[in-house]
Amino acid sequence: MRTWLLLAFLLAAAPAVAVLPSEQLADPALEARARAISAELRCMVCQNQTIDDSDAELAHDLRVLVRQRLKAGDTDRQAIAFIVNRYGDYVLLKPPFEAETLLLWLGPLLVLLAGGTGVALYLRRRRDTRLPAFTADEQARLDRLLGEDAA
Amino acid sequence: MKRLLFVLPVAVFAALVGAFVLGLRHDPSHITSVLIDKPLPAFALPAVRDNQGLASADFKGQPMLLNVFASWCVSCREEHGLLLALKQQGVVIQGLDWKDEAADGARYLSENGDPYIKAGNDASGRTGIDLGVAGVPETFVVDGRGRVRYKFIGPIDADDWEHTLKPMLQRLRSET
Repeated sequence: MRTWLLLAFLLAAAPAVAVLPSEQLADPALEARARAISAELRCMVCQNQTIDDSDAELAHDLRVLVRQRLKAGDTDRQAIAFIVNRYGDYVLLKPPFEAETLLLWLGPLLVLLAGGTGVALYLRRRRDTRLPAFTADEQARLDRLLGEDAA
Repeated sequence: MKRLLFVLPVAVFAALVGAFVLGLRHDPSHITSVLIDKPLPAFALPAVRDNQGLASADFKGQPMLLNVFASWCVSCREEHGLLLALKQQGVVIQGLDWKDEAADGARYLSENGDPYIKAGNDASGRTGIDLGVAGVPETFVVDGRGRVRYKFIGPIDADDWEHTLKPMLQRLRSET
């Protein structure tokens, strides 16, 4: 019972967010879009937080700015571009796929290829270490021994 | 083949150590500005003092520094002495008082000395956002045609001035 109660409380607890009621838009659809965009933008002050999470003043200003852009009719992409044009790709928590980030995106694939090559080499070597076939002499002797046994 | 299997992990480890050492030296708060080689975004700010506001159009004719400061900014005080000395040497510095009341900015300048030719007040911080300002102090090097050429993040010390900003301004001066 206690566990259930605890679980119920935990589920009912809202995650802590920095968005203040005064910042929120009246239109829930617009507000949801703003929240989604904010969750993708890095706070330039506390760099590993999103502007949605951060209590920094600049994060507040940017949240308000994103909402202003959406209210003015920007698409999500336009609103994000508005911020990127000022702060650079660095504000995007998910970096874009381009020449500079090639290693970042393809790095895991390279590691997988290197590991795969290693495993393939290892397996091939293991197959090569099987016993060599009998020579003609050995085969004749084996046949003789087996023949004796059968007789 | 055996030898390679021995050398390879050592080489990979050494490469990783090298990458991490470089990473340790890299300061994550230093982010290059998207404005480099682009004209300053247009702005016209009200005055901090003297009824002399600051506009993007003021940046022409010769290379200048655009110093972003605020009265509430502690590390701005660190570089303030240097800025005053630079003014004495004839370096043109314009001030942008970021997310600050003009009256507070004016008091800060009258108490600590005023290194700026013009000083604009950006109370809302909106012009700062257009400039990609993430904190104070930040200093932009703007060439004689109003294009941003460099952004310095954090307080400038004598070394930064001698080795980074001064040579850059000299080069820009010879350009115009």
